[in-house]
Amino acid sequence: MSPQTLPAASATTSLTGAEIVLRALKEQGVDVIFGYPGGAVLPIYDAIFQQNAIRHILVRHEQAAVHAAEGYARSTGKVGCVLVTSGPGATNAVTGLVDALMDSIPIVCLTGQVATHLIGNDAFQEADTTGITRPATKHNYLVKDIRKLAETVHDAFYVARSGRPGPVVIDLPKDILVGKGPYTEAPKREHRSYRPQVEPDAGQIRKAVAMLKAAKRPVVYAGGGVINAGPEAAALLGKLVRMASLPCTNTLMGLGAFPASDPQFLGMLGMHGTYEANLAMHGCDVMFNIGARFDDRVTGRLNAFSPGSLKIHADIDPSSINKNVKVEVPVVGDAAAVLRAMIAAWDEEPAQQDREAIAAWWRQIDLWRGKKCLDYVQTGKIIKPQHAVKRLYELTKESGRETFISTEVGQHQMWAAQYFGFEKPNRWMTSGGLGTMGYGLPAAMGVQVAHPDALCIDIAGEASILMNIQEMATLAQYRLPVKVFILNNQYMGMVRQWQELLHGSRYSESYSEALPDFVKLAESFHGVGMRIEGADDLDRVIREMIAIDRPVIVDCAVDEKENVMPMIPSGAAHNEMLLASGQESGGGASVTDQGMGLV
Amino acid sequence: MADLNDNVQRAATIAVLVENEAGVLARVIGLFSGRGYNIDSLTVAPVDEHGRLSRITVVTTGTEMVIEQIKAQLDRLVPVHKVSDLTLEGPHLTRELALIKVVGTGSARQEALRLADAFRARVVDATTESFVFEMTGSGEKLDAFISLMRPIGLAEVSRTGAVAIVRGTSSLTA
Ligand SMILES: Cc1ncc(C[n+]2csc(CCOP(=O)(O)OP(=O)(O)O)c2C)c(N)n1
Ligand SMILES: [Mg+2]
Repeated sequence: MSPQTLPAASATTSLTGAEIVLRALKEQGVDVIFGYPGGAVLPIYDAIFQQNAIRHILVRHEQAAVHAAEGYARSTGKVGCVLVTSGPGATNAVTGLVDALMDSIPIVCLTGQVATHLIGNDAFQEADTTGITRPATKHNYLVKDIRKLAETVHDAFYVARSGRPGPVVIDLPKDILVGKGPYTEAPKREHRSYRPQVEPDAGQIRKAVAMLKAAKRPVVYAGGGVINAGPEAAALLGKLVRMASLPCTNTLMGLGAFPASDPQFLGMLGMHGTYEANLAMHGCDVMFNIGARFDDRVTGRLNAFSPGSLKIHADIDPSSINKNVKVEVPVVGDAAAVLRAMIAAWDEEPAQQDREAIAAWWRQIDLWRGKKCLDYVQTGKIIKPQHAVKRLYELTKESGRETFISTEVGQHQMWAAQYFGFEKPNRWMTSGGLGTMGYGLPAAMGVQVAHPDALCIDIAGEASILMNIQEMATLAQYRLPVKVFILNNQYMGMVRQWQELLHGSRYSESYSEALPDFVKLAESFHGVGMRIEGADDLDRVIREMIAIDRPVIVDCAVDEKENVMPMIPSGAAHNEMLLASGQESGGGASVTDQGMGLV
Repeated sequence: MADLNDNVQRAATIAVLVENEAGVLARVIGLFSGRGYNIDSLTVAPVDEHGRLSRITVVTTGTEMVIEQIKAQLDRLVPVHKVSDLTLEGPHLTRELALIKVVGTGSARQEALRLADAFRARVVDATTESFVFEMTGSGEKLDAFISLMRPIGLAEVSRTGAVAIVRGTSSLTA
């Protein structure tokens, strides 16, 4: 909606536009903004200078401001806030916005704009920001009337956090920021047009419960929606899964929604998911999808996806349901509300679970688990990247510190997902939908700002880390002791892996040539640099890294030619998984011509 | 609901009630182009007394699954109040308006006027060498008239695209 009505009653004395913005941010609970100044937003920077309630973190690139706000949002459940200038400031932020859109992260991004009378004149640092960001955001606004400014900010926060969360842009012309107008408080009434359904339909819940209770081979497939619905949703998921003895798998975005150490956890599913998770998905008779979206990285070849199952899909976004995969029982609602309703309805459903069938199903799953699809062999000096992540996990756990992990994009990201166990939601930040290299460092920075005493580690690749390396300066300025742990395989490993499997090992442009000396690089940014050359250094350096209360880069040399396994090649089905050499092959998929055309 | 697995294409006339604000039409059109849906026609105008609400009528074709997607995607746009699939709502009226210019002299003019009369097209402009006809009706009726005019001297056509409304008492409100 556009805030066209003005709740005149609460209008108070006039403030400048910039003051109105800050006051509205404060009312919305913002305590930190990630931003970068420029001509069009100078009035806001002036207002920031004159107050203490909201902290500003000066990033070194606007893309990083958005990723930092994403890390902040995902680790706290609050809306992340960004401030950038017009033109290049706004265009630099676009990658971050699309990233947040794809992963459903609530962000409000304020962009400066040239004065209203200059809009459309190709003025200095003018860009059509609302035009450019329309498909990059959940919603956006251009404020042309200062009387609507406060209400627009309130509206933006409501839209960003309600329903399926997402990024929202408010474009602020400079004359609006310096003009004077009234402040209005957040409206108490319902939104005019955007009112997503939170509580599920009782009839659909009954159908879902009846179907799930009747299952002989059930599986729960939980995604990022459970994380977005807050810690209570994860607790309720745990309750339902345990009381009904259900096997549970998580998507990449859902890791932490169900504890990794729980015996009922099957691991991650999808392209690089576990053998047991993918075969359980393939062989189940009832699938309960909560807060996931049947992404192509999860389903593999659609016409071979879980062919014999009845499917329940609960999602806050009705457009996610029946988009890729047809389901029998759609349930629209917030994940916590859905799970609460299902638990309440469980005992009312007269049918009893077939405990014997479910026990047999678990025996089948245990056979699949027996394949030990994530096993690797670590011998000698050369470090297997899997081993590095495993030790990082075990040693951080040993340290007893509250730990948050972010990643860049590539093989290291998948190894982090496979070998780092997440027990709680909101501890895992990764760019799932967009797959943005350069996400991890700024995201970890945002997490560290929100959790100053926690251990925040970016598990990185040597190629990805260079995409937002400038943020080392931000870490130094604000004394944010983020740890960057580089799995340095000297390759854009994920690209190299695909070239090996799909393009006849022709490693076109995927070698990481002319890398910087990461130790010196860390030092030049006022941090600590460390190197791990062989397996015998691994534990010592990780322990040291954990103990240092400053930004650290660890350059960990790992096996250059290691591939991420298991793998469902593009265009293949879940039961046609490739396993690591030495393990028996799953169904022996090779890449088809059709699969070659897929990404 | 029809079977979502069906590969049969159907036409759908969808009415969308939206906030009348800057960019809302771009959002709707961007959704269709960004997700690869068809737009057969699209009309928009404010419809309430304060000019705060606009009604968009989109005619599209797709499989049942695609049409369900289109409706769900439209519905989650922030400024959208209501989405209604008139094709499923039951009996509804669809109308389109066209302005049709025919240029010619002599017997062609006579023929044009005679056909216009049969089709109840009104003459809204005339010179010694041209007519502009105004015509409302279903899209098919306009198509038929326009194709008859083609050999006679059809010079230019301007059409609104379809607007539609459900018959009877039920109505689409915000
Ligand atoms: C911005 C961006 N550009 C390109 C890609 C394509 N891409 C995916 S993974 C990858 C290689 C990453 O290399 P590195 O960071 O060293 O990680 P590794 O796979 O070696 O662990 C590339 C280029 C991407 N995901 N993001
Ligand atoms: Mg690499």
